[in-house]
Amino acid sequence: MYIYDQFDRQIINERVAQFRDQTERYLAGEITDEQFLPLRLQNGLYIQRLAPMLRICIPYGTLNATQLRKLAEISRKYDKGYAHFSTRQNIQLNWPKLEEVPDILADLATVEMHANQTSGNCIRNFTADQFSGVAQDEVEDARPWCEILRQWSTFHPEFAFLPRKFKIAICGSKRDRAAVAFHDIGLEIIKDAQGETAFKVFVGGGLGRTPVIGSLIHDSLPKEHVISYLDAILRVYNQLGRRDNKYKARIKILVKAMGAEAFKQKVEEEWQAIKDGPMTLTQDAIDHAFSFFQPPAYEQVDAAGAQSALDDKRLAEPRFAAWLSHNVVAHKQPGYAAVNVSLKETGVAPGDITAEQMEAVADLAEEFGFGELRSTHEQNLVLPDVRKSDLFALWQKLDALRLASPVIGTLNDMICCPGGDYCALANAKSIPVAEAIQRRFDDLDYLYDLGEIELNISGCMNACGHHHIGHIGILGVDKKGQEFYQVSLGGSQSNDAAIGKILGPSFAQDEVPEVISKLLETYVANRTEEERFLDTYRRIGIEPFKERVYA
Amino acid sequence: MPDRIIKDGAVVDDSWQVIRELEGDLPAGKIIVPAQHWLENKDALQARGDVAVWLASDQSPKLLGDDIKSFELIAVDFPAFADGRGFSYGRELRERGFSGELRAIGGFMRDQLAYLTRCGFNSFALENADLDKAVASLKDFSVHYQVSIDNPQPIFRARQG
Ligand code: SF4
Repeated sequence: MYIYDQFDRQIINERVAQFRDQTERYLAGEITDEQFLPLRLQNGLYIQRLAPMLRICIPYGTLNATQLRKLAEISRKYDKGYAHFSTRQNIQLNWPKLEEVPDILADLATVEMHANQTSGNCIRNFTADQFSGVAQDEVEDARPWCEILRQWSTFHPEFAFLPRKFKIAICGSKRDRAAVAFHDIGLEIIKDAQGETAFKVFVGGGLGRTPVIGSLIHDSLPKEHVISYLDAILRVYNQLGRRDNKYKARIKILVKAMGAEAFKQKVEEEWQAIKDGPMTLTQDAIDHAFSFFQPPAYEQVDAAGAQSALDDKRLAEPRFAAWLSHNVVAHKQPGYAAVNVSLKETGVAPGDITAEQMEAVADLAEEFGFGELRSTHEQNLVLPDVRKSDLFALWQKLDALRLASPVIGTLNDMICCPGGDYCALANAKSIPVAEAIQRRFDDLDYLYDLGEIELNISGCMNACGHHHIGHIGILGVDKKGQEFYQVSLGGSQSNDAAIGKILGPSFAQDEVPEVISKLLETYVANRTEEERFLDTYRRIGIEPFKERVYA
Repeated sequence: MPDRIIKDGAVVDDSWQVIRELEGDLPAGKIIVPAQHWLENKDALQARGDVAVWLASDQSPKLLGDDIKSFELIAVDFPAFADGRGFSYGRELRERGFSGELRAIGGFMRDQLAYLTRCGFNSFALENADLDKAVASLKDFSVHYQVSIDNPQPIFRARQG
């Protein structure tokens, strides 16, 4: 992974000093609440319902064991000994003290971490496929590009006071695991006709109040121009994006209002002025970025032998077999696998992890890999480089840590925002809904029979739980002061991007598991052998589901 | 209008007057008039001399065309610190060859001085702040990742150098 040099270190230390000074001036009454707001947000600090919340950046979901141990230490020292992985691959502390945040940031800086631009109206953390670098269907590793662009966007002086927040995702694989169509900018790495790396550029996608699928404005952007082109997009947005209404301020509204073609023209005009200037990436700069993401020292293993040993274990231990089928992912390198560390144990808020678990997982990342980890937008962790011959031993340890719930990709691997238990903006709680569903569908055979289903829960229209793009989406709504839940069907975040359709009138909290049950029954009754829930829904439409639920 | 401003890194006295309301005759002395007023009264204002313009937050520098090079000073107004359009205007004015004094006016805040500087501003009519302390914020960062007006080489080129 990327390692800081003297420049990165200096910049991050200066940032900590800057925020320490700002916090001191704020506490001394020299900065108003209103002025302090963007300053603290751009350092990750929210003021939540119960306490401040600090969102720490995990750049494009990559971290190492040392960093995870430091996070454990920080969560104990400054918080209640646990933390929460968000749907944007970041990690959140729920109970830090405002006056201690500069110290937390200083501690983070010692392990090359920070909370820069994890909130506020600026360019946020880049997100990428959690299997970058190890995925079998990879076109090119997205991480070096994320790093190049992380540096471009960090403390970009022109784009720190945008009309609204700005999220960018990069996908380097054939199957889109980064949801590029649902970001302010989505980049898809391709190879052009000459075999050179290029980008498809999507702009103006997003969730929230007005979900929109992004428009393609460049179908083959040469790699050396990626910075200048993004700079041009941001220049247009910063000047023309709406600032009179925060609900209409995202770039998707501007692209819609102008039309994608006219927007593209504007970007081209801005771009021409800077296209071949100093922002043009040099091959040296690209090589430099890639040098940090070379394959680790994989061993030459007897892949066939490892596989047959695995098959024996599989037969001997059905719980291991279930985990192997669901939580383990194929790897580029023969004899290796990538492993999902499930943070979806029933009874624990999805994405939550204790300090003890963090330390244990950090140890596992070193014992069963090269000390690297990934965080996922499904709110799990990944150990990216596990020898197949080690899988059984790893499973035993994860199981003892309650991190081996064999539900990845199933209904119970739901994405869920913190909701009303923590978040000041929530209309409704989301964690208890997730738990009620997990309890209702605790029969693994039934879960497996249902196959791949993405269930996403958000506590309000801000859609942090990505409810629009769940095969099944649940959204907390406020009905005359009561917490209700609206259900939608048919969303997809993948290459076949789609926004879910609302099923009908919303439900009380205790009705939700039953509603989900009826939806699943409808699917089971109508499916053909090969169909996933989403496929059946697409074939038969929403009506049969509606009839069953509202009968 | 404060009579002290931050300019080129120091607190200095200043005699420019920003004209926000155009009522009656323009006062004597150095004045900064709305860009629109300049465009409509160019000849008279040119004859008068001691005139600069200010851009509102919805006025791109493109509005002034090639006139920009004729000014000793151009100001950009920030109606609120959260309105970041002026950062782009500053950068664009410099890119289009304006080399005079580029001044931020209005509701921006001390903690934006570093970024404003990077976008080409060199003078700051900062309100409600202790200017002698505020100058410290100009130097929040000594290294920068990306290209900007004060940093023509991005870090990836510096690394190779
Ligand atoms: S979706 Fe709403 S309730 Fe959930 S975390 Fe986001 S803002 Fe809070």
